[in-house]
Amino acid sequence: MQQDLSMKLEQVTIRLGPRNLLSIDAQIEAGEVLTVMGPSGSGKSTLLAYIGGFLDPHFTANGSVFIRGNNVTKIEPSQRHAGILFQDPLLFPHLSVGGNLLFAIPSDVKDKAVRVQSAKTILEEMELGGCFDHDPARLSGGQKARVALARTLLSQPHALLLDEPFSRLDAALRAQMRDLVFAHAKRRMLPVVLVTHDPEDAHAAGGQLIEIG
Amino acid sequence: MNLLRPPEPLFFAARAAPLLIIAIVSLPVLSGLLGTLLPAFGYLPALGGAELSLGPFRRLFAEAGISRSIWLSLWIGFAATLLSTLSAGAIIAAGYGTKSWAILTRFLSPILSVPHAAAAFGLAFIIMPSGFIARLISPELTDWINPPDVLIPNDPYALSLIFGLALKEIPFLLLMLIASVGQVDASRYLNMTSALGYGRLSGFSYIVWPQLYRQIRVAVFAVLAFSASVVDVSLILGPTTPPPLSVTLVRWMNDPDLMYRFVASAGALLQLTLVLFLFAVWLILERLGAYVRNQMAETGRRFASDSILVSIIRLKAWLLALLVLTGIALLGLWSVSQLWQFPDAWPQGLTLAAWARALPSIGGPLWTTFLIGFPAALIATLLCILCLANIQKSASIERVMLTTLSLPLIVPQTAFLFGLQVAAIKSGIGYGYDALILTHLVFVLPYVFLSLSHAWESLDPRYEWMAQGLSASRTKTLLRVRLPLMLRPILTAFAVGFAVSVGLYLPTLLIGAGRLPTITTEAVALASGANRRTIGVYAFLQSVIPFVGFALAFALPAWLFKNRAAMRAV
Repeated sequence: MQQDLSMKLEQVTIRLGPRNLLSIDAQIEAGEVLTVMGPSGSGKSTLLAYIGGFLDPHFTANGSVFIRGNNVTKIEPSQRHAGILFQDPLLFPHLSVGGNLLFAIPSDVKDKAVRVQSAKTILEEMELGGCFDHDPARLSGGQKARVALARTLLSQPHALLLDEPFSRLDAALRAQMRDLVFAHAKRRMLPVVLVTHDPEDAHAAGGQLIEIG
Repeated sequence: MNLLRPPEPLFFAARAAPLLIIAIVSLPVLSGLLGTLLPAFGYLPALGGAELSLGPFRRLFAEAGISRSIWLSLWIGFAATLLSTLSAGAIIAAGYGTKSWAILTRFLSPILSVPHAAAAFGLAFIIMPSGFIARLISPELTDWINPPDVLIPNDPYALSLIFGLALKEIPFLLLMLIASVGQVDASRYLNMTSALGYGRLSGFSYIVWPQLYRQIRVAVFAVLAFSASVVDVSLILGPTTPPPLSVTLVRWMNDPDLMYRFVASAGALLQLTLVLFLFAVWLILERLGAYVRNQMAETGRRFASDSILVSIIRLKAWLLALLVLTGIALLGLWSVSQLWQFPDAWPQGLTLAAWARALPSIGGPLWTTFLIGFPAALIATLLCILCLANIQKSASIERVMLTTLSLPLIVPQTAFLFGLQVAAIKSGIGYGYDALILTHLVFVLPYVFLSLSHAWESLDPRYEWMAQGLSASRTKTLLRVRLPLMLRPILTAFAVGFAVSVGLYLPTLLIGAGRLPTITTEAVALASGANRRTIGVYAFLQSVIPFVGFALAFALPAWLFKNRAAMRAV
């Protein structure tokens, strides 16, 4: 049997006190995007927090999350292999660009030269060759976003969570970055959950669309 | 499929951290209180007191000058707290949000790190009849050729002492106020009140202050307890015939006649009662103040033209900071001065003679200061990190912990240190370094936790989510993301802990039983009549040592992250 690369949200509901924020039941196939749209304050980001495993205890949540057939709802966030991109790139400011990437490469890749090489290869791929030793704070907004994507991909995630990751970029860059992220997700057969308030994001993503709020 | 892994060892250990902190702080305070309570009623078999009796209290109240000592303690506690609270409130009301405010707040940490004793000596060198102020204006304005015969400091009404306490308590309360002012959204309320036509001070007092005060209330009670029972500052600036109760108590505690320990314990219990009485008085005052304020607010009087008063308060804030720093500078100047006669404003020459004289005897106490302060600050910092890193903390444990951490600040030191001294010997911990480090931890932990927890919560949590999304374990996330990002606040918390330890007088004196003198106990011992150059050496050194920690907290991150622009902002 072929390996199941999909993600499944089984009757996930998230509430804040008496208020029901969202109820979702969906299957996301490998390489496809589920878009959750809603205005700011609608609680759409809590869905990603629940999948990623860092939902604030003020919220009550039910339902199960399956990634590659495994129920990950109750396990440590670091064991879920759910890579996430926020609207800020959140590059670790104390590490170099290369240090950020090396941080993400799984530790079972032991050979240091191999680790450095794979970091440099993905930098080339993102048109950031030569930036390995740079201070992330000195990169442009678009460059930071690409390093953040590279970092997440290097961690070999089993799924991708996108929390309005394009909203801070200017219009031209936004389209470019969007294409890049979706292309990589497709190529690596990653199921994606995208949370956004921008209809263009939803349009570009293509797949299922759920509106909340 | 079971993906549950065993808990990571570091975090398994971290679960014990909150309980460990609670134990380290509460056990000494509680056992100390008990150890004071029993001898106060005559029970201390080791000294032949086998039966409960009221004898110690009868002897206590028969002591000469005891009633004046009691009144002094009440007066000092009340007056210093009222002065400090009102001043701190006025300063933040007048200054908050202005440009110079940001600069003034930068002076707070260094001023706070100056030990009480050093600040007190500095103040004494400024205000005494032969002090700096008198020298500046003499003989031109005063015709004084000799210093006037006035009893300052050590005046019988304790005014110098009250002022000296306020000098350190105002910055402490200000720091607490600044930590809370962001939470109550002060600037929006101030915009609102000024739009309604209220003056800066009245708008602040009517609307912002009630919310702010609630947040710093524990700190105010700590100031009240501290002022009413302070020993070291009192020995330097306080009245002497008779001194406040706490000073008398310590004298009895060190009396060769061991029977005086019973009287001292009874006195310590009396001290506790006085502080509780002051708390009750303060509670009534709070109600009264709130009532008057609300009555005023309801009249709608706006006090719109308060700009002159605001300027005066701002000026006063700068003067206070200047006073502390001038005091330290004077300590340094005296320590290197040759002949410096009244009314000269500057010594006739500079010399290192006093330092050379002090050097042989200063090395031991200096070493001891580090040997206690460094481990105490390190242990406290590590425990607080483990405690804060443990996300499984429950709300109830957190509440117990915050209450426990305020214990050593609210309970007067004399009330539990006397008993703790007995308990330390009984339990076999004794008088050594271990006992001193443990005792210092009781006072160091609350301040380190306070300093660190604020910074801990202000780090963007998404950095850690991001790391865990990259499959980093909790341990790796802590060690490689959280701790490096927080290097500066962590080192600052360490420096705060070290500064607290360096400044501790009574715990060091009592638990070390005088056998492990530190730079602070030695400096305070000089208060009774040593020459000013020696005092200058010890007190200047005492005020400089804590700076080492803060300098490290500033320099080390700057050097480590010199190529990381964003780390300057974090």
